[in-house]
Amino acid sequence: MNLHEYQAKELLKKYNVPVQEGFACSTVQEAEEAYRQIKTETGSKFAVVKAQIHAGGRGKGAVKETGMNGVKVGKSLEDIQEFAKGILGGTLVTIQTGPAGKVVNKILVAQDMYYDGPSERKEFYLSILLDRSKGQNVIMYSTEGGMNIEDVAHDTPEKIYKEWVHPGGGLQGFQARKIAFNLGLSGEAFKNCVKFVTNLYNAYVGLDCAMLEINPLFKASDDKIIAVDCKLSLDDNALMRHPDVAALRDITEEDPTEVEAGKYNLNFVKLDGNVGCMVNGAGLAMATMDMIKLSGGEPANFLDVGGTANAQTVEAGFKIIMKDPNVKAILINIFGGIVRCDRVAAGVIDAYKNLGNINIPIIVRLQGTNAEEAKKLIDESGLKVQSAILLSEAADLVKKAVA
Amino acid sequence: MSVLVNKNSKILVQGFTGTEGTFHATQMIEYGTQVVGGVTPGKGGSSHLDRPVFNTVADCVKTTGANVSIIFVPPAFAADAIMEAAEAGVELVVCITEGIPVQDMVKVKNYLQGKNTRLIGPNCPGVITAGECKVGIMPGFVFKQGRIGIVSKSGTLTYEAADQVAKAGLGISTAIGIGGDPIIGTPTKDAVALLMADPETDAIVMIGEIGGGMEAEAANWIKENGNKKPVVGFIAGQTAPPGRRMGHAGAIVGGADDTAAAKMKIMEECGIHVVSSPADIGKKMAEVLKK
Repeated sequence: MNLHEYQAKELLKKYNVPVQEGFACSTVQEAEEAYRQIKTETGSKFAVVKAQIHAGGRGKGAVKETGMNGVKVGKSLEDIQEFAKGILGGTLVTIQTGPAGKVVNKILVAQDMYYDGPSERKEFYLSILLDRSKGQNVIMYSTEGGMNIEDVAHDTPEKIYKEWVHPGGGLQGFQARKIAFNLGLSGEAFKNCVKFVTNLYNAYVGLDCAMLEINPLFKASDDKIIAVDCKLSLDDNALMRHPDVAALRDITEEDPTEVEAGKYNLNFVKLDGNVGCMVNGAGLAMATMDMIKLSGGEPANFLDVGGTANAQTVEAGFKIIMKDPNVKAILINIFGGIVRCDRVAAGVIDAYKNLGNINIPIIVRLQGTNAEEAKKLIDESGLKVQSAILLSEAADLVKKAVA
Repeated sequence: MSVLVNKNSKILVQGFTGTEGTFHATQMIEYGTQVVGGVTPGKGGSSHLDRPVFNTVADCVKTTGANVSIIFVPPAFAADAIMEAAEAGVELVVCITEGIPVQDMVKVKNYLQGKNTRLIGPNCPGVITAGECKVGIMPGFVFKQGRIGIVSKSGTLTYEAADQVAKAGLGISTAIGIGGDPIIGTPTKDAVALLMADPETDAIVMIGEIGGGMEAEAANWIKENGNKKPVVGFIAGQTAPPGRRMGHAGAIVGGADDTAAAKMKIMEECGIHVVSSPADIGKKMAEVLKK
């Protein structure tokens, strides 16, 4: 699960990680109030307005309706009003959103951290994530902050450092110091960075994050170390022990069909193709998508119905797949183990009859326990459903359906 | 001889009296697996499926001599269950549970280091030595006895492969479902190595999916060790979009190296017979063995 920047920053503050302070606003009036408060607190007329969507590249991205960028720095109440009007409710298109963009329901009105002071300002990069091959958490950091880290990794890999954390011992003081030294810090900034990294790692573990990225990690001109931006995604498997964090989920950021599928406990991912599929098991579901492609079609979705493929799940699956007008055929691929194929077949027939208005070819491949009986049930049902037992037969039927 | 489990393996079930534990333990017993007892904390001293129930894994091991454990404990408590089994000296722990938090598995992996316990899974269908012993949730009848080993991240895709192998006139020695999570006890390479060393296995089916570097690691190992037995490979997720998790917690394309295409290329370069369609696994195996 992903969080908005403003939500992530609130969580980090609980772990004493200094962040660029601000207020999440849904209306222009709220933005005005936030600006007034920031101005009073900081004594500076500068403030930043940031669109809150689950995608990066906001600063360079632009709102479709107004042409305004997703991140703007203002120096007056009028500026903030103009930005809030130009961004709130608009559709922000960035390099990560795709051409459809994402609707901005909230903006973050935040302090400007780029004020003048005794020392030089600097932008760094720091993220914490799982190194799958080592089975350990790793802190990845670079002196090159504020830019796309993939580009840094590609162009100047020597500027990316990694610090692995021992799973038993946790992050040690010498490791946090090493990070601060490698970032070229000294004095107060060094001390602040050591604290920052230590607290950030505690937040990563404490919140069960899948990934925590601070870009830029900012050294202000008064040696403060601050998270100016924050991307936080949580381990879905661990949400059960963080109900307060799970409650921060913003379903308007998710595909509505995927949200609906979730209500039926179906694991669904929307894709752009023309052949829908419904499969038991994630691996077989991916393999079925691949087979659709090799047969000349394009998969319209990933759908794992899990271990219990009964009439209700099949019917829900049908409904969800058929919401997509591009779907020209549906392939149901069930390998019956514990699940009996004849039961699934009966479920398919019931669902088909209940829905009544299916006018695209349905291909059902049932293999495993009671596969022959299942094929017989489908073939004798009188419905426009094609049946197969072998995976290769199903592939041939898909070929015909998309030809 | 066979890999991991055989007719002499003594199995204990953690989460024995729960719905899942009861159902699958019954199926395992019907298959002929020696299930010697189970563990459900608080229910020690009672009996379930005509087998004794214990409060702790250590008690169960001491009384029954169990050397393999299968875990059906809910995700929040599964990491604890794995560590308890390891502490009790169980040689092989098969964890079926799906949905264990990643940070829990980071701890488990560290905990298991230096212990004589091999973990299979989590989030896996288990291990089956055809005709001898089933420690898992797979439909036993699909796995006809024979001399082909299977290593797979996916459950139903393992059944699919076993079925195709049988239809091609061959059979299975041992099938190992290693699991679809980002951190698992036995990676592809280790499972392949076991089958390479098994005199009762002539060839191997290796099924992977997008995400992580385990297939590349296994492929390089196979090549470095002289391609001693033919390997047929398949990678699920050629059509999966980057950045999206496809059902399994570990199945996500993060960079250029963990796409299906990249993995298939490395596997081919290492002498593995890679099929692009999941429908061709059995056919390819028969072809390769005829050569």
